Amino acid sequence: MQIVLFHLMPYADLDLEAGRKNGTVWVKLPNKHFDPVKGHQLYNRYLDELEYGEALGFDAVSVNEHHQTAYGLMPSPVVTASALARRTKKVKIAILGSALPLRSHPLTIAEEHAMIDVISGGRLISGFVRGIGAEYHTFGVNPTFSHDRFHEAHDLIVRAWTEEGPFAFEGHHYNVQYVNLWPRPFQKPHPPIWIPSQGSRETIDWAADPKRRYTYLQTFSPAKVVERYLKMYRDTAKGFGYEPKDSQLGWAVPVYVGATDESARREAKEHFEVFRNVFVKMPLEMLLPPGYTSRESMKNVMKAKAQMFGDVTIDQAIDLGLFVCGSPETVRSSFTKYWNDMRFGNLLVLCQFATLPADLTRRNMELFAREVLPALKSLG
Amino acid sequence: MEFAESFVELNGCRTRVRRAGRGRALLFLHGANGMPAILPCLHKLAERFDVVVPEHPGYGQSGEPEWLENIHDLAYFYLDFLEKLVLQDVLLVGTSMGGWIALEIAVRSTERVKSMVVVSPAGVKAPGVFPADTFLMSPEEQARALVYDQKIAEARLAEPVTPEALDLALKNRHTTARLAWEPRFHDPHLPKWLHRIQVPVTIVWGEEDRILPVGIAPYLQKLLKNSKLEILPKCGHLPHAEMPDRFVEIVCR
Repeated sequence: MQIVLFHLMPYADLDLEAGRKNGTVWVKLPNKHFDPVKGHQLYNRYLDELEYGEALGFDAVSVNEHHQTAYGLMPSPVVTASALARRTKKVKIAILGSALPLRSHPLTIAEEHAMIDVISGGRLISGFVRGIGAEYHTFGVNPTFSHDRFHEAHDLIVRAWTEEGPFAFEGHHYNVQYVNLWPRPFQKPHPPIWIPSQGSRETIDWAADPKRRYTYLQTFSPAKVVERYLKMYRDTAKGFGYEPKDSQLGWAVPVYVGATDESARREAKEHFEVFRNVFVKMPLEMLLPPGYTSRESMKNVMKAKAQMFGDVTIDQAIDLGLFVCGSPETVRSSFTKYWNDMRFGNLLVLCQFATLPADLTRRNMELFAREVLPALKSLG
Repeated sequence: MEFAESFVELNGCRTRVRRAGRGRALLFLHGANGMPAILPCLHKLAERFDVVVPEHPGYGQSGEPEWLENIHDLAYFYLDFLEKLVLQDVLLVGTSMGGWIALEIAVRSTERVKSMVVVSPAGVKAPGVFPADTFLMSPEEQARALVYDQKIAEARLAEPVTPEALDLALKNRHTTARLAWEPRFHDPHLPKWLHRIQVPVTIVWGEEDRILPVGIAPYLQKLLKNSKLEILPKCGHLPHAEMPDRFVEIVCR
């Protein structure tokens, strides 16, 4: 199993009252609530935490992309991944992911990811996403073209990485006369491509296709939902006539390890609940602009609205498997049980969430790396 | 007056058309929320006109053709539609999104159009005037912002939402986003060519419009050389629904 230390780099100094009053920390929370001096400290603290992940023995460290939100301060994961490329030596660096449809020109992503891959000597894992619904509001990109643009941008990027240039690319959304990438990526044929998703049949059909066999990552979902989608991926692959490797499956989940179950819950409670009930929260119209998902999926979300949009306590989250928290023994046995049910070959752990301070974050990372990680590595 | 329903097959799109009355042809182009039921004002107009009410491609019970990607596609579709139905000397009436479509049709050709009424039309961005962001509004906020008279909104909100109505609402919203998400509810190139519309245009606007503020109206009027402006006090974004008698009177004039 590959264990990845994942970071969102939230604005931990947020005035929570302002976030709650605004109803969401996405799109329209006034940026007067961002203090650049505090931001400076946070970025450097978070980059230190990811660098420490290498020393602690994680296989990869991971960053991601979100725009105009206190939820995560990485509008460009390329910037943070670049910083990590020079400060780390062995650990893989995962961008999970770059939001393809939000860029007006996908070749910029092909170029930037190739640069990081070359600088790091082939340590990049390249993730592709569509960006979340809210980002179609912030950027104004038309969500009804999101899938089309994603697929076409993907085709252009992979061809730019793998085919000898110059060649012409003729698309519906993108047209380029001379595709001729300098630099070409370090890894052959190209960096591994991972597809983070909140769960969708269309995404799974596309990622599991034998032409691609991309690693599918289910992010922040109840364990039962993760299990359902990972099984869907396996079944889909079998439907395509091949047996998928465990390395094609991944799960991203927040984790907190404390000395005992009781102290872990006590220490994590406030921070996890702020994460779930302030940082993640947004109205339905913001989460799902028209065309972002199929109309059927949108109706399913509307049906589950009360459950999805209501507050969740730490105890409920642990019961749902939305959060893995407890003593080293508890966290080990939880993951062992989940692994037996799902056989994910990649586990992404979010060891810092919302307002979790530096000292607790470090201890969480250390306990996880020392007491849990070796046992998970021995599973498979 | 009973409206007869038919489906017109055009450019690969099965298009629902409701039609009633006799006289000069009146083509009514509905707004972003579609036209599930024929409004009272259209029944009145059918006493004077041959009223033709299509559901736009992508809306209501009409098909969702793959070619529908922007507002210009609809403009060309309706030029074909006027030809196919052999409509002449048409009174072209459009509300909100439909008003935008009417303007896009008319800059291309007024060969079959004799005059126009546009009701709080989208399509033109007036400097310094900011429309509401309907895509971030909940259904309740939207229902309230659409009308001046909140009793109308409350009656509307009290109606149960059937699964069929929800399906239609999601379909209409999807097509509206496809056509109007970015640039938001306007075509930046449209003002350059509005001078091509030489047929008389009546612009109708509710003074209390909270979706497309009335500040757009004088700007649009300046761009349309042969136009006059009717601003209705105590009226929101849907004058044809909120003040049907006044609306019918303006159209018949």
